[in-house]
Amino acid sequence: MSALLAADPVTGFASMLSQPFVRHALLAGTAISALSGLVGYFVVLRGQVFAGDALSHVAYAGALAALAAGLDLRFGLFAATIGVGLLLGLLGGRGVADDVVIGTTFAWVLGLGVLFLTLYTTSSSTGNGAANVTVLFGSIFAITGAAAATAAWIAAGLIGALLLIARPLLFASVDPGVAAARGVPTRLLGPLFLAILGGAVAEASQAVGALLLFGLLAAPAAAAQRLTADPWRALSLAGVLAVLAMWAGLGLAYAVPALPASFTIVGCAAVEFAAAAGYRALRGSAAKAGQPGGQPAADEPRGVVAAP
Amino acid sequence: MTGFSWNLIEDVALLLSYHFMLNALRAGTIVAVLAGAIGYFMVLRRQSFAGHTLAVIGFPGAAGATWLGLSASAGYFGFCIAGALVIAALPRAGRRSSGLGGYGDESAVIGTVQAVALACGFLFVSQYRGFLSGLTSLLFGTITGVSDAQVLALLAAGAGCLLALLALGRPLLFSTIDPDVAEARGVPVRLVGAGFLVLLAVAAAGTSQVTGSLLVFALLVTPAATASRLTARPGLGLLLSILIAVAVTWLGEGIAFFSPYPIGFWVTTLAFAAFLLATGYRAATERLGRRAAASPAAAPAGSPAGGGSR
Amino acid sequence: MSEQSPGEVRIPAGAELLALTGVTAAVGGRAIFSDVTLRVRAGEFVAVLGPNGVGKSTLLKAVLGLLPISGGRVEVFDAPPGRHNSRIGYLPQRRAFDPATRIRGIDIVRMGWDGDRWGVALPGLLTGRAGRAARDRVREVIALVGAERYAHRPIGQCSGGEQQRLLIAQALIRRPELLVLDEPLDSLDVTNQASVSALIQSVCRSHGVAVLLVAHDVNPILPYLDQVIYLAHGGAVMGPPEQVITADTLSMLYGTTIDVLRDRTGRLVVVGQPDSHAEHEPRR
Repeated sequence: MSALLAADPVTGFASMLSQPFVRHALLAGTAISALSGLVGYFVVLRGQVFAGDALSHVAYAGALAALAAGLDLRFGLFAATIGVGLLLGLLGGRGVADDVVIGTTFAWVLGLGVLFLTLYTTSSSTGNGAANVTVLFGSIFAITGAAAATAAWIAAGLIGALLLIARPLLFASVDPGVAAARGVPTRLLGPLFLAILGGAVAEASQAVGALLLFGLLAAPAAAAQRLTADPWRALSLAGVLAVLAMWAGLGLAYAVPALPASFTIVGCAAVEFAAAAGYRALRGSAAKAGQPGGQPAADEPRGVVAAP
Repeated sequence: MTGFSWNLIEDVALLLSYHFMLNALRAGTIVAVLAGAIGYFMVLRRQSFAGHTLAVIGFPGAAGATWLGLSASAGYFGFCIAGALVIAALPRAGRRSSGLGGYGDESAVIGTVQAVALACGFLFVSQYRGFLSGLTSLLFGTITGVSDAQVLALLAAGAGCLLALLALGRPLLFSTIDPDVAEARGVPVRLVGAGFLVLLAVAAAGTSQVTGSLLVFALLVTPAATASRLTARPGLGLLLSILIAVAVTWLGEGIAFFSPYPIGFWVTTLAFAAFLLATGYRAATERLGRRAAASPAAAPAGSPAGGGSR
Repeated sequence: MSEQSPGEVRIPAGAELLALTGVTAAVGGRAIFSDVTLRVRAGEFVAVLGPNGVGKSTLLKAVLGLLPISGGRVEVFDAPPGRHNSRIGYLPQRRAFDPATRIRGIDIVRMGWDGDRWGVALPGLLTGRAGRAARDRVREVIALVGAERYAHRPIGQCSGGEQQRLLIAQALIRRPELLVLDEPLDSLDVTNQASVSALIQSVCRSHGVAVLLVAHDVNPILPYLDQVIYLAHGGAVMGPPEQVITADTLSMLYGTTIDVLRDRTGRLVVVGQPDSHAEHEPRR
């Protein structure tokens, strides 16, 4: 374990990869982080960060409800997040909810989760607090081979769905009026995206837990947006950054066992964000010094009739 | 836990015979009064999520303090106040932007900060292996772990906070409702705002010790929002907010004593129920009011400053 | 330099692109406007004017098929509204992009070309001839509106006038035969209003694109207008500006005394126009 630090890095690395639990974590982690980065780009773009937060609470309650009912927690996890995601999408824009209503409702959902936790730990003989920790903070090194494969397949499917709608989704997110006039089904895309977000939240819960998945969803995407203004590059960059954070986090957690994996992964993502923000700040102040302020009156369109 | 009989007097007597329960009730009452008062202003200033974020920032403080053998209470207060000072020192990022793209960005920062805070807290908890009870009580509240020292600390913090609120009251109200005019009149709006954030931090830290870091919304925001739906008069609203918070806390702790389900669930559920009732009541009276004679001088139950639609 | 993609039917000059006959619209049970008759021919520059809340935006949305009408007939390119929206360039009424929006102007323009197609935008190397044609067209239309200098900046950092030019480029990129613009000048200062109006005029004349433009203030576009339609709550008047924007015509339309004055610089001022009591449409 800490042999990674002591010995030659190459053999340390190889020995790390020889461990099955590491390979499972890498498989699930890579797929899940790629999904999180890509979905996260649109979440930040569309200003639906609160929805991600709300869905993470729902993930907690859903997973524990499933456990309390004796089912595989993934049933509750996915059913709850995708269902509520769709619901949020369909209700959205009705102008009913403001911050207070949303926060209150989802605080209650978290309270429900705690209820289910108690139900689970008191009803099931094998129930213990560990389930709570797993749902809250993830346990990617404990994921089995089968679960890792399932997670990877689901992530691939969700990524495929997202890429399919990516272009009209971008149009509808940035320019809803014109997109609607062009025939983009904006009213369908909203709920559909939130359903995909629900799926991504459920997936990410398995890796870093319901409480921390936010970091994986928002931080790489926000970092990518600061590094480039080309939306397609930013989208791919968000995915790449998320995967890098996952790999770095996993490696760090393996090398230093005292550090939990969820902590290192989220930490790396946050560092990416901070670095990108810092880079932007430096770039911004340098650019502002050298740039001539845009003088719109000086822009004469070609072939214009002289203004009266 | 112990049996619940339908003779309420006996039950309450039983409750009060346990020292830990007395402490929990004392702490709960102080916190509820504080949270109800501060929360009312918080909703007015539309800073509900600032309160939640500060509470979440408090979690690693409490976890770290426990790990280092200090009191969790000190950790909560320390980190929450430090967080408030940092937020107050940042250049004002501006209100919720109305255009495209900006809102997501500010929330991304807040979300990342929360995730990092929670991750650090998790790190500290895992160092002392306090998984089973420690984590749950830090995140979701507890009625069993309140010490005498904690009650005293809460009393001191709460009293200080309320006094400060009294002193700050009028300029705070002014700069909340009309910041530009207030600034022109010489009110130091930024300083008042920063001061309020510190008070908010104290309230969040205190509330965390009853409801846990994740559920402070239930006492900080929900009673205030409920009060806003019942009345538009600030004095009455403030009072209602405090009363509702105290009621929710007493009921919640009382029920949690007898029930196997944790305090976090009860407090959030009771607060949410009160909120729903108030919303329903308001909707009902508005509909009746509309159907009644078209009197233009209807009760000013119109949009209160906070908690209503944007 | 008239742009025609191969295979497109050439619209003969003077052909009627848009015909509204006795159209009434109601939103949420409330009548917005009634009995509006409007004709737009190829290459014409038409302005839709009227007080706040009278339904000018609603009219445009009806033309695009985004809102249903409750009476009368709307024919767009001889078909029901919404069928031929690909031949229309639309600029909705909007606020400026948020300053923090991290998407470049050139990407916004490109969305006008293929933003509604499913899938993702593949990197340039993989798109071959179609991709190159698209990129060339984007460059062409950005040059047309004079936005080369700032098209690569994040659009949130561009000024109001710059953003409007980029949005006009987006509306023009598919070579529409009709441009529908909802208050394109309202958030601009006077200088920008003049230059953007001149740009629209030049596109109209040199590319034969008909323009249907909603405006608050007729003055920036007055010199370019072929036709004007003034909307009121109970009807509308359409015709050349010198016939419609007169005290007599408008007084009759609004049923109250209206004065049309000219100031020293020749600008028209309409005095006495009542603001409608209809509900203002939410600005998106």
